[in-house]
Amino acid sequence: MSFDEIKSIITNQFGDIIISEDEKATPKAIEIAAESLFKTMTCLYEHDQLYFDMLSCITGLDNGPEAGSMEVIYNLYSIPFDHHLMVKVNLDRKEPQIDSVSSIWKTADWLEREVFDMYGIAFNNHPDLRRILLPNDWEGYPLRKDYKHQDLYHGITVAHEDSLKKEEKGEA
Amino acid sequence: MSLLDSKFNSGGVIVTKVDDLINWARLSSMWPMTFGLACCAIEFMSTGTSAYDMDRFGMAPRATPRQSDVMIVAGTVTFKMADRIRRLYEQMAEPRYVISMGSCSNCGGPYWEHGYHVVKGVDKIIPVDVYVPGCPPRPEALIGGFLKLQEKIRNESLMAPKAVQKLMEEA
Amino acid sequence: MDSKIQYQYSPDNLIKSEPNKYDLDNLKSDELVINLGPQHPSTHGVLRLEVLTDNEIIKEVIPHLGYLHRCFEKHAESLPYNQIIPYVDRMDYVAAMNSEHAYAMGVERMLGIEDQIPKRVEYIRVLVAELNRLASHFVAIGTYAMDIGAFTPFFWMMRDREHIQRLLEWASGARMLYNYIWVGGLFYDLPVGFEDRCTEFINYLKPKLKELETVVTDNKIFIDRTANVGVLQLGLAINYGITGPMLRASGLKFDLRKVDGYSVYPELDFDIPIGEGKMGTVGDCWDRTYVRVLEVHESVKIIEQCLEKLKKVHKRDKEFDPQALVPKKIRPKAQDLYVRAENPKGELGFFFRADGKSDIPFRCKARSCCFVNLSVINELAKGGMIADLVAILGSIDIVLGEVDR
Repeated sequence: MSFDEIKSIITNQFGDIIISEDEKATPKAIEIAAESLFKTMTCLYEHDQLYFDMLSCITGLDNGPEAGSMEVIYNLYSIPFDHHLMVKVNLDRKEPQIDSVSSIWKTADWLEREVFDMYGIAFNNHPDLRRILLPNDWEGYPLRKDYKHQDLYHGITVAHEDSLKKEEKGEA
Repeated sequence: MSLLDSKFNSGGVIVTKVDDLINWARLSSMWPMTFGLACCAIEFMSTGTSAYDMDRFGMAPRATPRQSDVMIVAGTVTFKMADRIRRLYEQMAEPRYVISMGSCSNCGGPYWEHGYHVVKGVDKIIPVDVYVPGCPPRPEALIGGFLKLQEKIRNESLMAPKAVQKLMEEA
Repeated sequence: MDSKIQYQYSPDNLIKSEPNKYDLDNLKSDELVINLGPQHPSTHGVLRLEVLTDNEIIKEVIPHLGYLHRCFEKHAESLPYNQIIPYVDRMDYVAAMNSEHAYAMGVERMLGIEDQIPKRVEYIRVLVAELNRLASHFVAIGTYAMDIGAFTPFFWMMRDREHIQRLLEWASGARMLYNYIWVGGLFYDLPVGFEDRCTEFINYLKPKLKELETVVTDNKIFIDRTANVGVLQLGLAINYGITGPMLRASGLKFDLRKVDGYSVYPELDFDIPIGEGKMGTVGDCWDRTYVRVLEVHESVKIIEQCLEKLKKVHKRDKEFDPQALVPKKIRPKAQDLYVRAENPKGELGFFFRADGKSDIPFRCKARSCCFVNLSVINELAKGGMIADLVAILGSIDIVLGEVDR
């Protein structure tokens, strides 16, 4: 099924829900708003001509404090029909929130926990939203562009001595 | 050891120092704790298998820290793991030694610059006796590390045991 | 030497950094929480499982990860594309060549030079990737047998793996973390005589594989411990995003080498083994191990075909430079790209966002197969016994470097 056919099925079902499309991406991507994410994903999973049964990857992305937005990108694949799709959602950087798709694909459970851990994006209706890779008492969300690591953790210095010396020379 | 060969030929009587005898007994049967964290653990496992065989040095891996003599920290130490490493070290009975295997546990390794969750060297958590460089160190390099530790033990003395010596220095 | 110890102990360090789901307050009177802590004699690495049982039957398994989180994605946002390859190696450290292959393929696709890579380079890449697939499956089967309690297969598998490591050391310079497959080509051509040594190794290996089947997969004790244990239904597997031998053992003939047909795999002739429930149900632990054993046979076939091609068709040439297409500055146009490849453990995917202005990726996410495969352990182990949990964990075949990245 080609990209245009997938788009037309979605627009027939929901109207003008696709904000933009990215033809340069591999696989081709559509961008939708955070409010319409859950119903679009349900349609992508349940529609008998689309049937995206495998959610390969959920990626979080931080565009930086100047751009002021964060993105969540879903990569979908359909095993019986062999078609790919990328779905992008733009979020506000101050209080990023989005619906969880873990009731549709169970793999989203851990993938969303990882995005929360690294970026601080809150997922509504997630069964168990807590940090997965970093310790529970870690401060900050590391993959944000303006992340500064803490100085000490349980007494141990986080940075290497050479990094500290480089910083001093850079500032001095 | 050649000490024994020559002595056994003279009627089965050996005259030696207590230090030498006990040190020899200890270094010939160091039992490492299986503490593989990352890639170096695979090289540690290869050292234990038939191609490089660390059993001929008397090293038989034990799973529990309570029965082991040496802890080979093989792999990257992260902040989440730091507390657990300290606890395992405290659970080992004296005399205990630590070999830091690989550059990640020596000094943070390739993750030193941007690794926010990597402890830059396991010697920030526990005292280390021998550092084995490499990424990962070849099994021959690790065996070289064991031999260096054995040399270190050979030079120890019962007259000034490590723990008491440390207390005297701190006082 | 002065002591550099900086660690400060405080009594609630452990519980603050990784709180348990079940504490004394919310346990019923006949429930027992067992902690298979980060350090344990099974050889998988630092994984902590919090197991809630009613004294022998497991009610819930809660995995706690992150003990080996080495910040791969932060490094990937700070270093140029070609300098990230050693970090990609260290994610799945037993199958480093496959991970490098996937990464290099992704960057080449972004640059648009994917079709210009010389055939000899592609065949060498597939050759070393399949050798590494053999090595990875040997570690998987050997350590799994050791978890079940059999020591001999572990030593036999590691002995055969030594030969592979020596061959790859001859080609690339390192035993385990190679940094050999570069973006645009290879670090160096294969050494003279490599093809003959490799053929010798393959001829040595074939009778050893028969021995492997006798001592592991046809072993009555192994069958009793693993058949009908940890049965994974196909629909559940796809919903959980499981890929690789685990998915094939549940009965689906799905292999990215055939589906996507990347690199020179379309020109090679090999089969895809699936689980058929020979000794128990379709999708149990025995099936997963058997699929891996059959995949070893298929990889041997692929290696033989590659060696034929490298000796007869894409011959060694003095003017051949494997670094000819390696770009000096890797600056892809602004785009998003998701590339996936068939690692020995499943689907390794890389999501790239290039901003077109620098030779450092704006975002590079590694979709790791072991992370996703591990998430299903609760469903598999529920209702079984604790010894079955060890059998299930071994059959998932995880490498913690990839789970935690």
